[in-house]
Amino acid sequence: MSAALDLAARVTDPRDRGGPRQPLLIARDLRKHFAVKGAKGKVVRAVDGISFAVRKGETLGVVGESGCGKSTLARLLLHLIVPDAGELVFDGEAVGAPGGISVGALRRQAQMVFQDSYSSLNPRMPVRDSVAFGPYVQGTKRPEARDIARRMLGQVGLDADLFGPRYPHELSGGQKQRVNIARALATGPRMVVLDEPVSALDKSVEAQVLNLLLDLKQRFGLTYLFISHDLGVVRFVSDRVLVVYLGRVVEVGPSEALFHEPKHPYTRALLASRPSMDPARRIEEAPIAGDPPNPIDPPSGCRFRTRCPFAEAVCAAREPALAADGWDAHAAACHMQDAGSGHSRAASAGSA
Amino acid sequence: MTVMASQPVMASGQPMAAEQVMGLPGPEPDAAAAPDAHALPAITVRSYWQSVGYRLRHDPATLCFAAIVLLIVLAAVFAPLVAPDNPFQESIIGRLKPFGWRGHLLGTDELGRDMLSRLLFGGRVALLMGVVPVLIASVVGGTLGVIGGFAGGMINTATMRTMDVFYAFPSVLLAVAIAGAMGGGIANGMIALTLVFIPPICRVAETATTQVRGLDFIEAARASGARPLTIIRHHVLGNVLGPVFIYASSLVSVSMLLASGLSFLGLGVRPPTPDWGLMLSTLRQSIWVVPWVCALPGVAIFITSFCFNLVSDGLRAAMDVRM
Amino acid sequence: MDVGITTPLAAVEDLTVRFVTRDTTVHAVNGVSFAVQPGEVLCILGESGSGKSVTLRALMRLLPRHAQLGGAVRVGGQDVLAMRGRALRALRGGLVSMVFQEPMTALDPVYTIGQQIGETVRQHTGCDRGTARAKALELLELVRVPSAAQRLDAYPHELSGGLRQRAMIAMALSCGPRLLLADEPTTALDATVQIQVLILLRRLQRDLGMGMIFVTHDLGVAAEIADRIAVMYAGRVVESGPVADVLRAPAHPYTAGLLASTVHERSRGEPVTAIPGSPPDMRRLPAGCAFAPRCAHCQSACMIGDPPPRHPAPDRMARCLRVADDALKSSLPWSMSYETERRDHS
Repeated sequence: MSAALDLAARVTDPRDRGGPRQPLLIARDLRKHFAVKGAKGKVVRAVDGISFAVRKGETLGVVGESGCGKSTLARLLLHLIVPDAGELVFDGEAVGAPGGISVGALRRQAQMVFQDSYSSLNPRMPVRDSVAFGPYVQGTKRPEARDIARRMLGQVGLDADLFGPRYPHELSGGQKQRVNIARALATGPRMVVLDEPVSALDKSVEAQVLNLLLDLKQRFGLTYLFISHDLGVVRFVSDRVLVVYLGRVVEVGPSEALFHEPKHPYTRALLASRPSMDPARRIEEAPIAGDPPNPIDPPSGCRFRTRCPFAEAVCAAREPALAADGWDAHAAACHMQDAGSGHSRAASAGSA
Repeated sequence: MTVMASQPVMASGQPMAAEQVMGLPGPEPDAAAAPDAHALPAITVRSYWQSVGYRLRHDPATLCFAAIVLLIVLAAVFAPLVAPDNPFQESIIGRLKPFGWRGHLLGTDELGRDMLSRLLFGGRVALLMGVVPVLIASVVGGTLGVIGGFAGGMINTATMRTMDVFYAFPSVLLAVAIAGAMGGGIANGMIALTLVFIPPICRVAETATTQVRGLDFIEAARASGARPLTIIRHHVLGNVLGPVFIYASSLVSVSMLLASGLSFLGLGVRPPTPDWGLMLSTLRQSIWVVPWVCALPGVAIFITSFCFNLVSDGLRAAMDVRM
Repeated sequence: MDVGITTPLAAVEDLTVRFVTRDTTVHAVNGVSFAVQPGEVLCILGESGSGKSVTLRALMRLLPRHAQLGGAVRVGGQDVLAMRGRALRALRGGLVSMVFQEPMTALDPVYTIGQQIGETVRQHTGCDRGTARAKALELLELVRVPSAAQRLDAYPHELSGGLRQRAMIAMALSCGPRLLLADEPTTALDATVQIQVLILLRRLQRDLGMGMIFVTHDLGVAAEIADRIAVMYAGRVVESGPVADVLRAPAHPYTAGLLASTVHERSRGEPVTAIPGSPPDMRRLPAGCAFAPRCAHCQSACMIGDPPPRHPAPDRMARCLRVADDALKSSLPWSMSYETERRDHS
């Protein structure tokens, strides 16, 4: 009960339509395939059936390696790429469907911060104009848009007079990323999709920007979808985490539970691959062999089976389902978790 | 605790005053001595065009040739005031005279007209035929290229393949064919040259637009809900104008040469209008009589197009710098 | 580790590198000194703009023409800065070789892997194509490339990132170098591939007895692979020493700040202390300690001159006025105060 009251207290946004229990974003079975140029019939299955929901005021972390489809997913959520199948529901209204919310309206309430801080800013525009562009496009007059830009630059810790007239090439990576965050927040969104926002930054600057993101989330009551390949960062920032492999979700759960007791072999391997900070306890054997496979021809059945040390015949035959019921459920799409799957280790599923 | 206090972020829920936001280092043993952690280097802020201007100002070779171009342009524009004689004034006895004969500084042509005056007036036509087709082609070709590049897909394919058809013809052949089909004259010559230059400029514009379109800031603009035209106006044009301008400036000399060629073949300017190409054609037979005088129109064409070329090269060096 | 007794494999003394252009002068490296013993792994740790990659490239003179080098660089007893032409070519790839960060751009896209490795072998040993190809196969197997025989005829774009990096390592090892330089070779790789490549490099270095200088910005990677670590900031080495000692008890505030600001192993909600500000502009370095504007313990004396190297322990160095020689005999201020700060907020 108190959790619901907390959520209700947080939801003071006049644009709220669904109420505190309504997830801010629901994604159902999203799919996006890209045709491979030159090879007829072959498709890159970038996103192949991803479903999840994001509660209001929470931070959902999405973790995966290159080729898992997380960047495509980020763009699908904002309808920058149109999904081939599946649906998006924003605050109870279907996106792009008649009677639901239009894509334009979605873009007023959800924004994105991109990874590459350099190419995210127009090199020919001063930084304050880049930030003011969003409000200007959405109907604010230029002088007010400039005021909004000034205030947002201040909110992200940049002096508007000092940094406003500068061009992107004069700023450091961390400062550029702050500008990107200011640009995303200038239109006053309720949800921000962050596509690897700190990956390209130095470690000391990464900590600054993460602190800033957490603080802004509190101050503006935002909901975050935080995508990264860096587990430490995702753990630090997220309430719940989604682990994605080859276009599908393989594990979902609360952040601490997932990191302390990972259920899927891929998650375990990812966690074990992080370099230890202690020279006395170095990793002697690589947890996984091989490279992340090609999303053009994913393996049959469970897509991870080609690299999984526990793969058996049932893993090639059937794709394991992700059975997550309840918000704070911690579940993995693995036959070893499913007692009736026929996997030899399934009997000991409870101890995973 | 000093390190935490110097963060630019505050505890949640509290409004931030501007000074707090500055993120100056917090209380330290010698706060007055510590410089601002967030200070930017004290170099001059320059926009792209300002930096182009700066580089040009410090490029003596380009400046020199640009001065020559300016001189030529001024001489052509003020030809009526500068020319010593009437370019149409013929003289039976004073034909094909060498330099300095009776006050004609550069001699006379095959009809006794003063060469210097004819060269100056001919410059007007040459520059006109050099600049106007390129200007119009830039506007038309640039627009087509930006639209095609930004739209992508079928529109892009249709536009570019049409351009490719014209591009397949050598420019001289195409210019001659179009000018010939339309009949001669300055206006038809300019139309022919414009049509010749539209495809390459369109291609340059399309390439630049396609490159810019893939960058994240265009996606960010889409994500803020901007419409395609707004994005083109604010974000694409500024990044595309550079390459198009550089390319177009290199086409001016080509255009002048082609125009001279058309006049030489009789497809451009009609006599008695002074035009360098035409002058070359009519003076051709007299080259054994006064060779230096007959070479003059060719020299004029050469110098003008050469200088335009070098100025365009200098512009490219100044503008093509990655920020 | 006894520094003075054995001849170091590579010795850099007071290296300075400046990039002079018409507009500005960038002081990329300002007086860097270190030594690498045979069979030792030195990790140069720094952020972007610290000068670490430039230092590495100076060891092979792989810098652009407008770079001005000063100081002394000796590799295998030879003076690298004075080398010309044939001697320099023999050095590169022979005695010293390098693994780059981005294998896609470091490998030529129009030649197969086998051809590229073979080319390096033939250049240095002058053998024929057949021998070179056999050697290339041997190298690919050494770096554990699966189906090595088929991969010999693969083009770089046909391989995944991890395989390309292994191919590049094979190329670097082709002539049996004694010193391997690695410029952030795992930064562009995924986590699961990164650890494979790190373990591979460690094993190769141990088995072949090479010295290695590994440049990275990741503390975790340094902990995994280094024997000694040198932390660079604004073109200077601000701290150096055995990796375990430096990471456990950093002497310089920058190193301590880096450790404190890593989000590794930090649970949700535990605050992370970030180093405020940004690295300095290398065109206009401040007088005095370059880290002073961001340092919580900065004093007026820090602004006056570059802090001289101090030695808190025999094999450690730190450029900070507040570090006393032999300070590690007693407890140091930094690590203790940062530890307490962290505990206070948990």
